[in-house]
Amino acid sequence: MDLLVKNGRVVDPAQKIDTVTDVVIRGGKVRSIGAANISDIPVFDAAGLIVAPGFFDMHVHLREPGTEEAETIESGGCAAVAGGFTAVAAMPNTKPPNDNPSITRHIVSEARRSSPARVFPIGAITKEQKGETLAEIGEMFEAGISGISDDGMPVMDARLFRRALEYARLFDMPVIQHCEDLHLSTAGVMHEGMYSTRLGLKGIPAAAEEIMVSRDLILAEMTRGKYHAAHLSTRRAVEMVRQAKACGLRVSAEGTPHHFTLTDAAVADYDTNAKMNPPLRSAGDVAALVEGIQDGTIDAIASDHAPHHINLKMLEFDRAPFGITGLETAVGLALTKLQVPVARLIELFSTNPQKIMKVPSWGLFQGSDADLTILDLNRAWAFDVNRSRSRSRNSPFHGWRLKGKAVATIVGGKVVYEDRP
Amino acid sequence: MLFVPFVANFPLLLLGTMLTRKDLLGIQDLSHEEILEILDTAGSFQEVSTRPIKKVPTLRGKTVINLFFEASTRTRTSFEIAGKRLSADVVNVSSATSSVSKGETLIDTARTLDAMAADCVVVRHSASGAPHTLAKLTKASIVNGGDGAHEHPTQALLDAFTIRERKGRLNDLKVAIIGDVSHSRVARSNTHLLTKFGSHVWLCSTPTLMPAAIEKIVCENGEFLHITNSMDEAVRDADVIMMLRVQFERMSESFFPSVREYFRYYGLSRERAEGAKADVIIMHPGPINRGVEIATDVADGPYSVILAQVSAGVAVRMAILYLLLGG
Repeated sequence: MDLLVKNGRVVDPAQKIDTVTDVVIRGGKVRSIGAANISDIPVFDAAGLIVAPGFFDMHVHLREPGTEEAETIESGGCAAVAGGFTAVAAMPNTKPPNDNPSITRHIVSEARRSSPARVFPIGAITKEQKGETLAEIGEMFEAGISGISDDGMPVMDARLFRRALEYARLFDMPVIQHCEDLHLSTAGVMHEGMYSTRLGLKGIPAAAEEIMVSRDLILAEMTRGKYHAAHLSTRRAVEMVRQAKACGLRVSAEGTPHHFTLTDAAVADYDTNAKMNPPLRSAGDVAALVEGIQDGTIDAIASDHAPHHINLKMLEFDRAPFGITGLETAVGLALTKLQVPVARLIELFSTNPQKIMKVPSWGLFQGSDADLTILDLNRAWAFDVNRSRSRSRNSPFHGWRLKGKAVATIVGGKVVYEDRP
Repeated sequence: MLFVPFVANFPLLLLGTMLTRKDLLGIQDLSHEEILEILDTAGSFQEVSTRPIKKVPTLRGKTVINLFFEASTRTRTSFEIAGKRLSADVVNVSSATSSVSKGETLIDTARTLDAMAADCVVVRHSASGAPHTLAKLTKASIVNGGDGAHEHPTQALLDAFTIRERKGRLNDLKVAIIGDVSHSRVARSNTHLLTKFGSHVWLCSTPTLMPAAIEKIVCENGEFLHITNSMDEAVRDADVIMMLRVQFERMSESFFPSVREYFRYYGLSRERAEGAKADVIIMHPGPINRGVEIATDVADGPYSVILAQVSAGVAVRMAILYLLLGG
């Protein structure tokens, strides 16, 4: 695909570029960056817009195979590009889980066939995500995984997690942990604090996350493994990661838009769209997460897009599943709620997740895949969940007025999503 | 307007304002005025239960459904009697006999009952917030008959009725609430109600059964809420001692080592009750575990108002049904 992206403010923190210029794309690859006077290829007018390397949501659930009523690789891919993401990393907790190369191959080929966004599967750490024995990590790597995780099911056995950190070094893949001590969080449905007590709901204490983060950081140091903490939600967890980085550990961490936007007060009316794991935390935790994002402790913003069919979310709060959709609101929420320079935002959404995951890099390098995200920082819009590309509707952000939006998404030089007035 | 015969025999027509709300879901969002309205109305209904023919026609033609997803004898029976004494048609649905056990969701069950034109559905559910979910979807008034560990508003109202009857007031009292505070909807509803009226509530339990940030649970009058692990401190000079039921099913979670040890520190024995005021009243929402949280001689003793609470329950629930449906 050929395309001339004209007159945009081209920003790439990886190359320290921030200038108004043109991007020439030939055959789906970036040919050149700089003023271009060509007329033989289609033009995308990016005047007044930011041209960034393609955004990468490194933590999503696509539900295929197994729960296609909630999402498919196709519908999730469509939601991704509508949210400005050119690529997503798909967590392995499908049915059956992605714990062997045949499932990996299925996801890779189905994504090629149907998804407008690139899909990088994440393999399970343990067989059936049971936390008992290692899955065939190397076989899955050969089939196309970009990292390993038992997301949703933390690896409670420290010895096994040590082995995973050690073994994954063979492939330079990150081991992504959902940080939760399951003994401490048993039966919990929301953050433990004033609201859980007032609402009579069983709490998940912040300590459940912090204990796991601290254990993992010690193991990461011991094994020199590549450790990534998913969706950090508490003040002390952020602080521990900050210290570990200061000590030179190879660790990284992500934060989600809902954790830096909402507090546990959102549960007040037993809204099941405010039920997720880790749960929405206190105002102090939210402030600490924002600080961590600003100072670089948090490397990436990921949505933890977790679609659930409405039948499941229309249950009693105790019985409803954890999780909300997030692909289409992540960028808007970050632009609206975070006071960070645009270059830093691009690091959070593109540069850093590309570094953390074992993926070929893309964006604005000469010769790289021309996967680009086009932002309008001033675009005022409201999220309407009923028009979502996702098959599910479980978002707490319906009706939210946001400022700033990904207005076009380009994958391999092809405009796969465009929303311009 | 309902045609009401036997007017002369029926003082209630003089009662003024109905509750303007559709549902009764919790004490936390009730105003002083609403609470007093319910208690005053209950006072006028008490007399009905003393008549040889214990029935007035106030809610004739109204349908009240008791939708109980959790076992209950006294609350369900109390609502049933209350409805019947007001001449409402009362239907009992329990989870064992309904299509809930066939996998129907809570919401579909409620919509079905709504389609049958129920006027009021009394809901008890083990999940906190279940009545709130229903209230958003039904035309029928929803009365919370106890939801999880959240609220049990009619229990707190009947407790307040009993306290006011015995003490003549709801303010400036010391009320000790002792036991499994963590899992108790009764403790939460009573705490909201009594602190609203300016009584001192002392919540007392083992640290394992005291939920996080319990000291911040009330939105107003926080200075009236006190937390202690010492039963003697809670009981000292108390006007009211309210014991909570120990739930044996929680034993497996190691909240306390044994029943014997629990009674040693948090059981109400006669000796321990002596620390309270001379005219203390002793309450329990029932059913009681004799010898676990309360000694038999205390439960059956002169200070116990446990049975008066049960009687008050019928009058208070009559008042609630009347105020929600009678207009």
